[in-house]
Amino acid sequence: MNDYLFKRVLTCVFIADTHCMNVSAGPTQKMNLFQSVTSALDNTLAGDPTAVIFGEDVAFGGVFRCTVGLRDKYGKDRVFNTPLCEQGIVGFGIGAAAAGATAIAEIQFADYIYPAFDQIVNEAAKYRYRSGNMFDCGKLTIRAPWGCVGHGSIYHSQCPEAFFTHCPGIKIVVPRGPVQAKGLLLSCIADQNPCIFFEPKILYRAAVEQVPTEAYQIPLSQAEVLQEGSDLTLVAWGTQVHVLKEVAAMAQEKLGVSCELIDLRTILPWDTETVCKSVVKTGRLLISHEAPVTGGFAAEISSTVQEECFLNLEAPISRVCGYDTPFPHIFEPFYIPDKWKCFEAVKRMINY
Amino acid sequence: MAHITSKPKQRGALRQQPFDSSAEKPQFPGASAEFIDHLEFIQPNVISGIPVYRVMDRQGQIINPSEDPKLSKEMVLNFYQKMTLLNTMDRILYESQRQGRISFYMTNYGEEGTHIGSAAALEPTDLVFGQYREAGVLMYRGFPLDLFMAQCYANADDLGKGRQMPVHYGCKDLNFVTISSPLATQLPQAAGAAYAVKRENSNRVVVCYFGEGAASEGDAHAGFNFSATLECPLIFFCRNNGYAISTPTNEQYRGDGIAARGPGYGLMSIRVDGNDVFAVYNATKEARRRAVAENQPFLIEAMTYRIGHHSTSDDSSAYRSVDEVNYWDKQDHPISRLRHYMTARDWWGEDEEKAWRKQSRKLVMEAFERAERRLKPNPELLFTDVYDEMIPPIAKQRDAMWRHIQQYKEHYPLDLYEK
Repeated sequence: MNDYLFKRVLTCVFIADTHCMNVSAGPTQKMNLFQSVTSALDNTLAGDPTAVIFGEDVAFGGVFRCTVGLRDKYGKDRVFNTPLCEQGIVGFGIGAAAAGATAIAEIQFADYIYPAFDQIVNEAAKYRYRSGNMFDCGKLTIRAPWGCVGHGSIYHSQCPEAFFTHCPGIKIVVPRGPVQAKGLLLSCIADQNPCIFFEPKILYRAAVEQVPTEAYQIPLSQAEVLQEGSDLTLVAWGTQVHVLKEVAAMAQEKLGVSCELIDLRTILPWDTETVCKSVVKTGRLLISHEAPVTGGFAAEISSTVQEECFLNLEAPISRVCGYDTPFPHIFEPFYIPDKWKCFEAVKRMINY
Repeated sequence: MAHITSKPKQRGALRQQPFDSSAEKPQFPGASAEFIDHLEFIQPNVISGIPVYRVMDRQGQIINPSEDPKLSKEMVLNFYQKMTLLNTMDRILYESQRQGRISFYMTNYGEEGTHIGSAAALEPTDLVFGQYREAGVLMYRGFPLDLFMAQCYANADDLGKGRQMPVHYGCKDLNFVTISSPLATQLPQAAGAAYAVKRENSNRVVVCYFGEGAASEGDAHAGFNFSATLECPLIFFCRNNGYAISTPTNEQYRGDGIAARGPGYGLMSIRVDGNDVFAVYNATKEARRRAVAENQPFLIEAMTYRIGHHSTSDDSSAYRSVDEVNYWDKQDHPISRLRHYMTARDWWGEDEEKAWRKQSRKLVMEAFERAERRLKPNPELLFTDVYDEMIPPIAKQRDAMWRHIQQYKEHYPLDLYEK
């Protein structure tokens, strides 16, 4: 049974995962995205006595309600507020992880992650390598709300993954919905490398699925083919996966074009094999993300695919992304890579 | 008793008081204080700042006998030998950089007392985060000369697998977290580690060393604030040695050094004579006892002087006078002050000094020669430990590198590396 949920702000339709891709066989419960995150954190605190969750405002439940109920259930020494200081939050998390605690740090908006850039890139990512594997902060996971939300403007809409993909030593993960979020977050927490988990904030309430209540993991660095097709490969992550789902339907209906849709899921290290295998089959690739096109992660995918699949390409690789401007407020409807822009790009590629 | 600047109130009273609008006192949640009816700015007190705690005078004489920690002869001799061994290792490795044998080095001249005094007051299980000028802490804990050299030479014995510049030591067994170059990043990390250690109930403390220059970084502010609000068993140990490369302290800060910032964060704070190994020892010992018992952070500012250049890339005669450096070298040096203490008790004399100089130099030279001869690590280690496990893209790049090296092998110094 499909759950369709229209939201004023969500310019696409969120279609729930119906088959849970065999993620877990146990009992499920209807959860939205923030609840699926809470569930993952709940499972973690229950099973791992060293686990702690911290950041700004997490104690009362968090500004997006991801940590509601956890402090009462597990204690104030395990779910606690920190001062308002992102470099401190991540630095503290690195140290706690290095000392053996499972450290889950919340950055209130991905737009505010930059003060922690030095700690993430110069410290967390290099901790294991520079110490000859004597020390590491693999038990660190950083979570942050990510992406456009309809009114977030410059500082509440950003998708900064590209800044971090240029950094060997960390992992970056973006889920498309509640079932994926819980499984991927639990994998990030279990993974013995520092991970950044970006949560599409526009989906916090809008995305609702039947999510297993017990813990389960979805593997990292594995892209997922959501829909098989023969003419064109579509690649995205997070919210944009749902936009491309609609584009695939439009392409089939209006152009008779069969699209293969891939959710990248892990941005770093990314699953080149699945994407290249698809492009070898279809010969056409469209990558779409909200972040600005120049230096965005589509550039990396594009570059790798043209190296590996050059002779298979029927058309230049297309990137439908945000413009090279800061994320605007009132102009958001014009800025975002919506289904019409993606559909137009599909048309051009098919007619190349 | 060490003069630790006491906080104005008990910690509990700084928590929010119950709201009572009938009371005349201010009810603001942000501060617990009385009203004042006249305008008065607080004068930052830099003319006569926080006093410097010391046990010995510059001639090594105990000033207040009740402050003498009365350590055993064996322990004091060990202090002296560790400080002088460090000094000898510094001289030889500095020279070896000058001769092109290692790429870079940083000496610890003049600050040996801060290392040894503090290290001696800790338990071996206490976790240490350093900056880069704390080699004596590692030496006191028993890090062998061979491993110091291995790291500086980046040879196959380096625990760090040859990945970092010299003096970026680390040792898991000795609970000394590997040094990194970015300054002050270790302060909030130390707070996090201390929080984790507190939850373990393991009676351990975390110690975090940094210089007065690094204390200007935002991470220092973060570290102080987090450690206080999250009640971490942590000792912040600041080596105020007068210079951050060429920048003197009056261009680094305008307040009363680093110790005066502590109370602003709610930290127990003290300033000590860093060249007095007993003052450093006493302050660290008491701070440790209370940090563990009370789960609160302590700030120790050890005043000292950087006798050497910042590093082998620096020539400090460009920004300070030889006279100034000589004063500290000759008139106020942690090693000579301790030697005076020892000779006054007939624990050490000219014969012991001569014999030890010869022996320590021999130990260092032998380690040096072994390190010189050792091969570098296998270039395979360029690619490992980026993640906990090898990932496909890195494996691909590694294989490509080896194919390339095979084809162009005469252009790569393969003979210097292990196979």
